[in-house]
Amino acid sequence: MISLNVNGKVFQVDVSKDVPLLWVLRDYLNLKGTKYSCGIGECGACTVHVDGKAVRSCTITVGEVQRKKITTIEGLPENHPVKKAWIKEQVVQCGYCQPGVIMQVAALLSEKPTPSAEQVIAKMDDVICRCGTYPRIKRGIRTAVQMMRKEVKKS
Amino acid sequence: MRTSITRRAFLKSSLAAAGLTIGVSATPFGHRLLNASEMDSFSPYAWFKITSDNKVTIFIGNSEMGQGVLTAHSMIIADELEADWKQIRIRQGGARPEYKNPLLPAQITVASASVRGFYEPLRKVGAAGRAMLIKAAAETWKVPEEECKAFMNTVRHAKSGRTLTYGKLCLKAAKLEVPKDPPLKKEEEFRYIGKPMPRVDVPAKVNGKAVFGLDVTLKDLHYAVVARPPAYGAKPLSFDQKAAEQIEGVKKVVQIPQGIAVCASSIDAALKGRDALKVKWDKGVLPEMDNEFIEKSLLEDLNKPMASVVNTGDAKKVIGEASKKIEATYFVPYVAHALMEPINCTAYVRSDRCEVWAPTQTQTGALMVASNVSGLPPEKININTTFLGCGLGRRARPDFVAEAVAISKAVEKPVKVLWTREEDIRYDAFRAPASHRIEAGLDSQGQLVGWSHKVVSPSILKDIAPAAIKGGIDFYCLWGLADAPGSTMWNNRIQYEIPNLSIEFLISGLPAPVAPWRSVQNGPNAFVIESFIDELAHAAGKDPLEFRLQNLKNNMRARRVLEIAAEKAGWGKPIPKGEGRGIAQHACFGSWVAEVAEISVNKKEGTIKVHRIVVAVDCGPVVNPDPLVAQIEGGVIISLSTALKEEVRFANGGVKSANFDDYKVMRMSEVPEIEVHIVKSSEKIGGIGEVGVPPAAPAVANAFFNATGVRIRRIPLSPSTVLEALKKA
Ligand code: FES
Ligand code: FES
Repeated sequence: MISLNVNGKVFQVDVSKDVPLLWVLRDYLNLKGTKYSCGIGECGACTVHVDGKAVRSCTITVGEVQRKKITTIEGLPENHPVKKAWIKEQVVQCGYCQPGVIMQVAALLSEKPTPSAEQVIAKMDDVICRCGTYPRIKRGIRTAVQMMRKEVKKS
Repeated sequence: MRTSITRRAFLKSSLAAAGLTIGVSATPFGHRLLNASEMDSFSPYAWFKITSDNKVTIFIGNSEMGQGVLTAHSMIIADELEADWKQIRIRQGGARPEYKNPLLPAQITVASASVRGFYEPLRKVGAAGRAMLIKAAAETWKVPEEECKAFMNTVRHAKSGRTLTYGKLCLKAAKLEVPKDPPLKKEEEFRYIGKPMPRVDVPAKVNGKAVFGLDVTLKDLHYAVVARPPAYGAKPLSFDQKAAEQIEGVKKVVQIPQGIAVCASSIDAALKGRDALKVKWDKGVLPEMDNEFIEKSLLEDLNKPMASVVNTGDAKKVIGEASKKIEATYFVPYVAHALMEPINCTAYVRSDRCEVWAPTQTQTGALMVASNVSGLPPEKININTTFLGCGLGRRARPDFVAEAVAISKAVEKPVKVLWTREEDIRYDAFRAPASHRIEAGLDSQGQLVGWSHKVVSPSILKDIAPAAIKGGIDFYCLWGLADAPGSTMWNNRIQYEIPNLSIEFLISGLPAPVAPWRSVQNGPNAFVIESFIDELAHAAGKDPLEFRLQNLKNNMRARRVLEIAAEKAGWGKPIPKGEGRGIAQHACFGSWVAEVAEISVNKKEGTIKVHRIVVAVDCGPVVNPDPLVAQIEGGVIISLSTALKEEVRFANGGVKSANFDDYKVMRMSEVPEIEVHIVKSSEKIGGIGEVGVPPAAPAVANAFFNATGVRIRRIPLSPSTVLEALKKA
């Protein structure tokens, strides 16, 4: 039995330790927002947060993340500035890469709330979007940064 | 979005809430509007229905792959229907003959045809509904129809101030006859068409709730992966079935035409089972095939006798006598689709029915294949279209549906077949490679007088519609240069005014399968034509923009996009040393596009940095402007990816490239600023999904020439190709 803490809930899963976290999230916990695309850590479609850091769930095993806090796209609040900015800027096309992209951006902004253009590119070069939404991902990040600033001011 | 609505469930709910349902049926003579009573039942092949709760439910037959078709089609219907967008629900329709695209032989989402094919019919569908609702209200109030007006889900009688909602009117309207030619709105009356409407599929995609093919969830679902041959045509010599079956979770090993399938209770078990098979294969049909072999074979074939595609005037003679004669040979390689969502399909075959869940671009194709493989008639088969994680034309080939149906039939369980990324790239049907040899003649004024063009390429139609290959000519390979007479692709041919034109074609016998790839061969052919035009401009001593305009005297739409792109990009203004500016234009699928590229070259590393792409597009009327811009941006980016990076690597008669580490595609740091200018136009509506692709690659190649004085006649302009070309120069 593997014990996993996902989106604030604890799950006991009967699966061997060497299975990639990705397949366990998707097919055992039915959290299908996290996507498979390359399986080798090249594209970012499977990105989740482990203890707040962006991690490729295709190259990490469930054994390695026991007792850690895992957050998937489903666990990122619907009113999270990145999700709101993504809708406002209509970033997505086919949308398949976007849960991973959004998780990558959310982790970036929680570390660096006002990243420079270079910092954005350095981090976002790890993800692939075959539809070519890159210009809108950049725009979405700018909008999310503004939304976060406003939230900080309010509170 | 509900993607797994079963026919039976739908029947129940719609009968319970029967209201006004309108369908449209495409006939060889145009479109016929249908009332629900003319259809076999309240099944989801109607385009919309209005129910007593005042809701308008719209059913879309096209596949959503990020181009925004669910929204665009709904906007067209809702506008003419005068529906209130807030009262609209949008559902994916099933596989139905009524969803056949009027321009194409099937229910299929290709050829940038969803809006250009359905714009008129869907306007009529909406307008018919509006007319019937108005009539129902007028009859209720016993007033003339002309005194009533539809407005946002209600009909109003201005004189008396009375109103009735569509929900109240729908049952009465359903009994009326459908008008044959309902009056359409005037352009200035449009409520939704032409306004930026948020796409309806975006929220679910942002929240991770959108269901793609790989996300289909079913009770007792099994997972299958297939061991496939490492070389084309290779047959299995031996494999260890027992070892695979001993892996925990593996249920069954099944041999299918595509390879050896391992079916298991989890993906992980299926993958482990496949490893355990340890299949040995023979060498396949062409073990010596690698990239060098391919390029050599295509170039050598240029010397063979060919089929004549176009022959106007006497190109050979005119070029021979021309005051300047220019000749060049070009090459474009195999390119993979590399869809973000790898190929997959889920099927459940039972003795009396078959259910398919597929990220497919062709419901008709999926239905036919499922019927053939399952042995069940089409009416026993239900095709559920999920969201598509990219389409690019690859998902119009229903090979993956056949696999899922075959394996489910063998194991008698619901089965999801997954292609790993490695399979998705290795067993892709690629964008066709080609070799081209062109000769052209210029007169003393630098005017184009003759053009003779030879193309060799594997056949794209061979696998899709072999009967469409006539006299050795496959027009899919020629789009952008020439098209079949009466083609519904609208102008996929060379735009320049060439009095003496010869185009010849030969099908290459290379075994790697090819398929349409966003814009089909408009993309690679535009690279060749527009690069060569640039060579001619240079030979004529003319500015590339001026030379193009001079040879497009009567082509107003081509001229306009060229002029606008040039003006917005500051064409003619000086640029820093080491940088270059290039221009290209192309017309296809009824739209005209020009692009200007600004680049710089690092001569030491052989790298090209694209700084800016300025696009001007004339596609006639615009339905939803924001996704339109997004489609152009995406088209430009994927085209730049092919211009700079993408080429499938082959070895030992099979594919060597396998994943994103050795098949590299465009990432954010490589993407330029992209500026899209939409030309206001009231011409016939054209396509959008693919038309941004063709001009980008040649614009970059032309900019490279502008920066370095060196012409590269093949893509990708990768560092090794660039360094070699610079060294030779
Ligand atoms: S699927 Fe994990 S990085 Fe691509
Ligand atoms: S939106 Fe389609 S791959 Fe990114």
